[in-house]
Order: sequence, then structure tokens, then C-alpha cells
Amino acid sequence: MALKTEPVMINFGPQHPSTHGVFRMRVTFDGEVIVELEPVFGYLHRGIEKLAEAKTYTQVIPYTDRLDYLASMSNNFAYVLAVEKLAEIEVPERAQYLRVIMAELMRIASHLMAVGAFFNDLGAFFTPFMYMFREREKILDLFEMVCGQRLTYNYMRIGGVSHDIPERFLPALMRFIDEMPGFIEEYDWLLAENEIVLARTKGVGVLPADKAINASISGPMLRASGVKWDIRRADPYSVYDRFDFETPVGLRGDTYDRYWVRIQEMRQSTHIVKQAMQQLPAGEVRSKVPATLRPPKGEAYAHIESPRGELGFYLVSDNSPRPYRFKVRAPSLINLTVLRDLCLGWKLADAIAILGSIDIVLAEVDR
Amino acid sequence: MTEPLSPSEIAKQIGEHIPDAVTDSDENAVFVRSEALFDVARFLKQNLDLDYLSAITAVDFLEHFEVVYQLTSIEHNHSVVLKTRCGKDEKMPSVVSLWQGADLQERDIFDLMGIAFSGHPNLKRIFLWDGFKGHPLRKDWSKDGAQD
Repeated sequence: MALKTEPVMINFGPQHPSTHGVFRMRVTFDGEVIVELEPVFGYLHRGIEKLAEAKTYTQVIPYTDRLDYLASMSNNFAYVLAVEKLAEIEVPERAQYLRVIMAELMRIASHLMAVGAFFNDLGAFFTPFMYMFREREKILDLFEMVCGQRLTYNYMRIGGVSHDIPERFLPALMRFIDEMPGFIEEYDWLLAENEIVLARTKGVGVLPADKAINASISGPMLRASGVKWDIRRADPYSVYDRFDFETPVGLRGDTYDRYWVRIQEMRQSTHIVKQAMQQLPAGEVRSKVPATLRPPKGEAYAHIESPRGELGFYLVSDNSPRPYRFKVRAPSLINLTVLRDLCLGWKLADAIAILGSIDIVLAEVDR
Repeated sequence: MTEPLSPSEIAKQIGEHIPDAVTDSDENAVFVRSEALFDVARFLKQNLDLDYLSAITAVDFLEHFEVVYQLTSIEHNHSVVLKTRCGKDEKMPSVVSLWQGADLQERDIFDLMGIAFSGHPNLKRIFLWDGFKGHPLRKDWSKDGAQD
């Protein structure tokens, strides 16, 4: 007698540790194999794009902190770049360098979190996470020194940064930059050739390069698929054209490559911070900007390479003190376009590994 | 640097292949009619290798919407900005069949700005719940009566 079978639909999340926030996947299984997956968004939607229309340009900066809260500095950076483009504001050299130093430290901190959480999802319960947190903590200490905050920094200002760095900052940063390559070696030693890690990630959730480009994927995920595209190189902003660094790319575009690219990017970021420290000029950290900024009528789009990909802000001004339109090009959201395609044919545990390797922050996905 | 291609030059090239599609061009962007948008987008993708759709943005200008498409070529590192005006009750053609990356962005616009995209494979609200009244990013939206 033939056994009657039917596909089973499972609601995965919204409250689930591996979704890194509140994110739901409606997954349909045939036995153990995923045959359909639909991401459900919106559990963390706060309407930031609408809220920003009622705030002045300066008042919006702390809102950008609350988009991708694991990389607040990068959000500040992209937003102030967009306003400066819109209002044609010059930024002093020293502030440009400080911004780059903060953005690259932020990238290291964010990738540490991404890699740590990814291994947590794979079942390496909290050991790698704690190794990563040890170094992330030092970066947060550095940020606390410059702006008093550890998560939502609100450090960058239109036309510069809020404070110059304190005297004890550079020695502490120097110590960190000297130690960091050794720590990255340690991660490699602990994780990169671990047999279980390889078995769980090699060949899982392969994203071919042409598909990644077609789906507007950006950041480490795009580079893991072998596309050498980094906005710091392709469309340099601030002073990124003055540094020497490489763009690591993956070979296969699988889950392992997405992890590997992040580790390599940490090395490159350390390298950039070191160069920025050596070149750091003296001088002002903020240019004179009117208290009530009224940019001329028009629009501007500025984008940066945030730890998660192409983070862009599209601003429209009607010459009032408030943005007429404030739009965020959120890399976390757009990188989820291919989640379904990556997961089909794999099992539930693999779907969690794939989701972890995409590295999403729900506050940015839902805005 | 990503090189922005001259909008007037692009407008001329489009005009040679798809007559009456371009309405205007300024220093940043090429303006096209919304009905011709899909054909223009396909032309640009095939002839100028604009294989990467960076972002789609919709702006409410009270009498009409403006939809902005930022296109980039990863191979040649150049970019084009396409703009379309769309009436308040008009539908836009979906570009998902050209760039899969438009999928969630068009749903985002549909949900918050209320512009429908014909030909989108799964056009439904993305952040707000079904039954939510109105589209919050419209300038005439008011929160009174919006809670379901």
C-alpha cells in the first residue's frame, strides 16, 4: 500500500534566536527538504523614513544609528555624506580621516559579531562568539572614548564629527591594531579548518556571480560570489582613494566563502586604520555649518560600503530645514532577495546556516 | 570613480531606438514616460551593460510621483539615473524580470508609497499588515483612522 504524504508548512520565527531579531520564514518541507520558503518582514518596522520628514537634517542623525545598530558609525557616515553632497559642505581633512578610522573599526566590530553569531547558528555554542566579543569589546571601549556611547554613537555631524579624539585614544588604538592580526590568526586556527565547519558550510547555499549581480546583492555576500565590487574602490568617497588595501573575493559563493571574506576584510580594515593613523593630519574636526541648515532644492544620493553592503541615502530637499524625502537603500533587506533561492533543496539546519551567513540586521531590514 | 554617463547622450541613444520614450534630461538623470520605462530599461541593460540595479526610490510630489532608478554597470563602472513621472492612480511596469533585485524594493514602494507595479510576481504589503489603511509615505497620509 502506498503511503500518503503531504508537504508540511512550518512557521519559523518571528521569535527565534537564529533570526537575529524578529524575522519570520514560512518554510514548506517535503520530509526534511525545503521546497518553499517565504520571508515575512515588518515586525520591527518603525517608519523611520516617515519620521525623518518631521525632523531637521541634524536631528535625523541619531535615527540613522537605529537602522543598522551593529554598524551605527557607518550609518551616520552615509547619511552625513548625503547631506554634505546635497548642501555642498566641505569637511576638514582631520574629520575625514577620523570618519574613516571609525568606519573601519566599525566594520571589524560588525564582522566580529556576524562571524560570532554565524557560528552560534551552526551550533558552535558561544565559544567562538566569546572570542569575537573579546575584541569587539575593545572597539566599543575606543568608541566610548570618542563619543561616550557604546552602541548608538551619533558621532558624525554634518560638516565633520562631534568631538576631536581624546589624548589617550591613539595609544589605545595603536595597541589594538598591533594585537588584532594575531587575534585573526587565532580565529583561523580555531575555525577555518574545523572539520564540522567545513562539512556544514562548503558547497551549501551557492550563489553564482551573475545571479548575485542580477539580484542587487552587495557587500561581503557579493564579493563571496567572486565579484570584485567594493564601493570604497569602485566609487571612492571621503579619503578612501589614499589608502592601499585589497578586495578579497570568494571562489564559489557558498556559505563558507561568505564567512571567509569577512575574516579577510577584517585584516584589510586593520591595514586601513593603520594607514589612516599614520596620515592623520592636525586641524579642525568640524566646518562651520548654519544651525538651521536649508539645503538648496534638489536631490542627492550618497552610498558607502557598509559592513553589510551598499548603504545609500537618497535625500530630496525643498529648501526647508527638514528633508522632503529620506530614503534608505538598506543592504540587509535587498540581500534577502535571494534567500528563497539559496535555501530550496536544503534542510532546515542549512537554511539557518545560510541565513546566518547573509548577516542581516532586522532594524535595517524593516526600518 | 563610478562614471555617470551623460544623460543627454543617453537620451539621444534611447531616442534612436525607442522613439517618444524620453521626455527630458537634466545634468543628473534621463526622464522617460512610464509606459516606455520597461523597454528603455531593457535597452539600457542590454546595450550599456547596466547589470546592477542599485536602488529604486519613489518620491511624492503631490500632483505626481517620481520613481528613480539608479543603474550601474559592474563591468565598466558607469552609471545612469532614470526618472519616471507617474500619476496618482497610474500603474508602473515592474522591472523584476530584468533585475531580480527590484523584487523587494518594488514591494517596499507599493507598501509605503502605494504605487502598483504591473507584472510583479508577488506584489503585496511588505512591512505593514494586510488591512492597513493608506500608504504612510504619501504626503497626504494622516494617521487618523489608519489603525485597523
